[in-house]
Amino acid sequence: MNTPITAPRDFGFGEDEAMLRDMARKMLSERFSMSRLRELVAASPEPVYDHGHRPSWDEPLWKEIVELGWTGLAVGEAEGGSGVSLAGIAGMVEEAGRHALPSPLVPTLSASLVLRAADSEVARQLLARVAGGATASLAITNERGSWEPGDAPLNATDDGEGLVLQGTARFVQDAFKADLLIASARAGEDLVLCAVERDAAGLSFEADHIHDLTRDQASVVFDGVKIVPGAIISREGASVLRSAWPALLTLVSADLCGASEWLLQATVEYAKERVQFDRPIGFFQAVKHPLVDAMVEIDRARSLLFHAAAEIDAGSAGAEVAARMAKSAASDAAAFISDRAIQLHGGIGFTWEYGLHIYFKRNLHNQALLGDGVHQRKKLADLLIGPVGSSGILNG
Amino acid sequence: MTEANLTPEQLEFREYAQRWLEENAPPPPPERLPITPIEVMTVGQRDYLQDWQYKCFAAGLVGADYPKAYGGHGHTGFQRIANQELNRAQVPFLINIVGLSMAAPTILHHGTEEQKRKFIPGCLSGEEIWCQGFSEPGAGSDLANQRTSAVREAEDWIVNGHKVWTSLGHFAKWMILVTRTSKDDKYNGLTYFLCPIAGHAGVTVRPLVKITGETGFNEVFFEDVRVPDANRLDDVGKGWAVAMTTLLAERGASEGAGSGGGSGSSAIADLIELARNSWRDGVLAVDDPVTRDAIIQRAIVGEGLRQNGRRARVAALCDHPMRLPLQQKLTASEFQQDNARLGVEIAGASASLYKLDPRAPDAGHWPLAYLNSYGNTIAAGTNEIQRNILGERVLGLPKSK
Ligand SMILES: Cc1cc2nc3c(=O)[nH]c(=O)nc-3n(C[C@H](O)[C@H](O)[C@H](O)COP(=O)(O)OP(=O)(O)OC[C@H]3O[C@@H](n4cnc5c(N)ncnc54)[C@H](O)[C@@H]3O)c2cc1C
Repeated sequence: MNTPITAPRDFGFGEDEAMLRDMARKMLSERFSMSRLRELVAASPEPVYDHGHRPSWDEPLWKEIVELGWTGLAVGEAEGGSGVSLAGIAGMVEEAGRHALPSPLVPTLSASLVLRAADSEVARQLLARVAGGATASLAITNERGSWEPGDAPLNATDDGEGLVLQGTARFVQDAFKADLLIASARAGEDLVLCAVERDAAGLSFEADHIHDLTRDQASVVFDGVKIVPGAIISREGASVLRSAWPALLTLVSADLCGASEWLLQATVEYAKERVQFDRPIGFFQAVKHPLVDAMVEIDRARSLLFHAAAEIDAGSAGAEVAARMAKSAASDAAAFISDRAIQLHGGIGFTWEYGLHIYFKRNLHNQALLGDGVHQRKKLADLLIGPVGSSGILNG
Repeated sequence: MTEANLTPEQLEFREYAQRWLEENAPPPPPERLPITPIEVMTVGQRDYLQDWQYKCFAAGLVGADYPKAYGGHGHTGFQRIANQELNRAQVPFLINIVGLSMAAPTILHHGTEEQKRKFIPGCLSGEEIWCQGFSEPGAGSDLANQRTSAVREAEDWIVNGHKVWTSLGHFAKWMILVTRTSKDDKYNGLTYFLCPIAGHAGVTVRPLVKITGETGFNEVFFEDVRVPDANRLDDVGKGWAVAMTTLLAERGASEGAGSGGGSGSSAIADLIELARNSWRDGVLAVDDPVTRDAIIQRAIVGEGLRQNGRRARVAALCDHPMRLPLQQKLTASEFQQDNARLGVEIAGASASLYKLDPRAPDAGHWPLAYLNSYGNTIAAGTNEIQRNILGERVLGLPKSK
């Protein structure tokens, strides 16, 4: 809110950032249309829902995306990435959200942002791998689904040669697409961040049977996974995660904003075409006004999104507040337009075949990820009002 | 927060504005001021506020971007900064709201050179208070349904009719007036005038009392009122287009000639302070999770509005150029209303107290602000009409008329 730091011009969203975004938009609209999405992930509900198969994704397209350098966007130039600002990345992730792109893009970008925050030699080597095309995901959520950076899912013990990890990391995003996991483990007072290869001994993946058709998710079991010193990213994991957290929130918010704008436009188009009572239904204010309200909410979320990105890029002390505001607004905007999109399409919107549910479910998933609106506001209240009981007057 | 978008001159102007406002904040008013300019009731309030606007004008914080020939200061991109600083400084508001954000922009756009030189300076300095004569008993949301007639007679027009809800009419020297000059066409039969009010023959201004029990707006009767043709703004029959210019400016889609001041920007801090001093079921409201969530929701909307203003100037992040500007009136008025409603909720039983009750928290601000907030969700085109406009002009949905 009151930042002494100079906020970047235009949120730092200049020509280069716009070019990157426009390129992503063009590429995805040419290569990943709605019908392609539908055919890929929702040809029929049986494989995923009845048989628990992992949703399909377009691996050849992903190879091209890697070649285009999208996964190295958050990697600094010294490590072979392009070191694009978070504002630029947010613009691009919005496009991925707009196309409901199934891919390890957001998890890999998230992992790179954590590695950047760790700022260690090990982290730099890993960043170079990501810039070279390796995918990654964060294994930092415990059994309780806690979004506290200090709540590690794993325990680490020292066996003399290195660390041994034990425990289960829950809700690991696109785990089956990741070459590399960044895991957080409690080691006495410390929280260690470790790099774990997908084929490490003692590591097993239990696929979660999920609703969202545009990603996979897993519980990852660590049963005596050995970590050599060269795989220890940081021993100050909690503060690393804490400093990367605003950027992680921003990535998910960007995805939500993109997907929500798609739902808004799709519903507006439908409301112009569908005729009932001799008029396009968009004539009726019970249809028109909620769409305007959804637009207002999405716009608020987008403005807060780019504000958050700019604050993070500037290293501002207001970054956490800005990012939590963005995630709260984006989660709530997404919930609202997802709801109205299905309702205002009537029966067709309720069908599997039409495909609105793909976006609805992606949003539902992202709304909860890293904490929903209520969670963010609870954190914001502590930051902006002060912790409960801190007013200095005895309650009672 | 500073911005890299600003030129060195603009940055310097921001510093100057901050310093000037710090050094020149006016003494406390002789009597309690209302929340917004459209509720100014007494001569004491008026004189105090007119004096304040004049000082701001002379200091360059009003009319900053207006040409010097019309009394302005001839800069570019200064007014937005001045408005922000006036808001931040928690100084009194600028009284001549109709002059600044409706009459001046409209005259600048549609006026003759002579009209600009004659009318704009008084809008900016605040020496001439303006009012808006658009609404009539039968023409509210359906603004074009005008009955007040103007009939040409030599070099004059003779006006007969009845305007309602005329804010500041009781202090106004001038009115921006929409009349019907032809019955043949609903929209193309309208003509726009700059009409003298105070002391003008045939004009009667009668106060109307609002739900707060206060006055502030009026009805205005015209009986064979003579208006010189020189006071006609733009062509005969062009009144609808001219009125649209006014409405766009009024709804905040542009910076106008100056605005700001008042207590709007402190709402979140004020709500937190209120919650620190209010009890809910044995705990302080500020420790009640539901209240905390509600306050933070307001803070997010407030920050969102600020960032909308920033994003509106980044073309690469705006899919439709009018998408954010046209939301301004809707979102700002609902923000204020929701803040005030929350203040009432937090104050609890104490929100029952009128401003003259010595026990009323914040001198009775919250319930009055809540009652008053409907003024802004209704005036300047109701928020239902704003949703129509946004749905039609921005989303492209079928028109409702
Ligand atoms: C405090 C205040 C100050 C004002 N100051 C001025 C002033 O200085 N000068 C001036 O000229 N006017 C002024 N107005 C008038 C204001 O512009 C009108 O009140 C407003 O345009 C609504 O018109 P109305 O009151 O006739 O309501 P109506 O138009 O009768 O509307 C009644 C209800 O119906 C709804 N409605 C109407 N049409 C539609 C539609 N097509 N779709 C959906 N809903 C609809 C409205 O939203 C509203 O809820 C002021 C009003 C207020 C409250």
